Amino acid sequence: MDKKINLPITAEIAKDLKAGDYVYLTGEMYVARDAAHKRLMELIEKGHKLPIELEDATIYYMGPSPAREGRPIGSAGPTTASRMDKYAPTLLDLGLKAMIGKGKRTPEVLEAIKRNNAVYFAAIGGAGTLLSKCIVESEIVCYEDLGAEAIRKIKVVDFPVIVVGDCHGNNLYDTAILQFKKDN
Amino acid sequence: MIREIDTAVITENIKEMCIEANHYLSKDMREALDRACVNEESELGKKILNQLEDNLEIADKEVIPICQDTGMAVVFIEVGQDVHFIGVNIEEAINNGVKAGYTEGFLRKSVVSDPIERVNTEDNTPAIIHYSIVPGDKVRITLAPKGFGSENMSRVFMLKPADGIEGVKNAILTAVKDAGPNACPPMVVGVGIGGTFEKCALLSKKALTRDINCHSKIGWVADLEQEMLEKINDLGIGPGGLGGTTTALAVNINTYPTHIAGLPVAINICCHVNRHSVREI
Repeated sequence: MDKKINLPITAEIAKDLKAGDYVYLTGEMYVARDAAHKRLMELIEKGHKLPIELEDATIYYMGPSPAREGRPIGSAGPTTASRMDKYAPTLLDLGLKAMIGKGKRTPEVLEAIKRNNAVYFAAIGGAGTLLSKCIVESEIVCYEDLGAEAIRKIKVVDFPVIVVGDCHGNNLYDTAILQFKKDN
Repeated sequence: MIREIDTAVITENIKEMCIEANHYLSKDMREALDRACVNEESELGKKILNQLEDNLEIADKEVIPICQDTGMAVVFIEVGQDVHFIGVNIEEAINNGVKAGYTEGFLRKSVVSDPIERVNTEDNTPAIIHYSIVPGDKVRITLAPKGFGSENMSRVFMLKPADGIEGVKNAILTAVKDAGPNACPPMVVGVGIGGTFEKCALLSKKALTRDINCHSKIGWVADLEQEMLEKINDLGIGPGGLGGTTTALAVNINTYPTHIAGLPVAINICCHVNRHSVREI
């Protein structure tokens, strides 16, 4: 089912999302990947304040290519989400509501999605140019020294994603392939 | 006759090839995507494949890299034995080209200087360079920027001779199944069979740079390429891993003699952005 959603995603909105829904997101989200997650976790472990607001936040797992002059961002497709699996349950328990990436998640992450009424979306891997056209603003929030891995805040318009892991325990990666699987 | 080549020429070519490979896919890859758009049975799969085609068109028209992961630069350089390089040493010349290409071409710098300390080198160097010495006085360069979503899903299996061809088939299917959506399907599967531990990995990497319409000249290998492509597409993984009949666009297999006690098999997976640029100097 096609849906249009304005960010932020709250628990109420997440409850309405089902694995397989094709969703167009509009609003603000954070961009963070491996190195930034590691730093966030170190702050959490020390009990320090985070440089981003996690409550009802959406994090896009992505590291863009540099922007040419006059453009907000370069190529901007999703990176493999499983590398953030170690950190995601903690962030979800602290209020993170939506993650955008590509690829499988661990049972621990899927459980944390259920527990927190959150959602995991897949964006189309390798469509970085197409997806960059839906990003209208981008600014670095912190960790500029990490280059492509800095935390950014971006504004998106009709950014296309597909619900893979919903808060009802469904996982599209497991179910979608069954329909096309031929025994061999 | 010895032919002199100034390594500045190598640098300039490598620079251009980094930019070219990251913005335009080779004709064989584009045609394979065209065919997949027609043949895919899943509606969502078709939609995703069409988006990948749109993505290529925008990359071409607006000069934006096809994928944000512009890869680690893998360079195969075949040097004719009658070539004499002058200027800076060849390794430095190649890395200078990568540095210039990734900086001037607005490509992402994805290389860290140490695997544990992980500080970005900020110019995407060093490249991964594979040299070979060949007859003649030419230099042939194949530059393949390799993204790590698919690289991370690649595998080496040290099989036993008794595992035979069935063992090889199982190894390939296991690697592709485990990769699933992580490797950005539809993928190209490079396979190396034989040699040693490192040789089969190199064979599989090199296999990814072969035109996907060209099959192996060895009969059983060409048959295996075709059979594995069908078996992989029967897995149902599909475009984006969201179900469908197009999981791989091609399976390219290279083989090499091996030891009486071994049957090494390497599977190097590449996403649909299977980039390479080839030039002869």
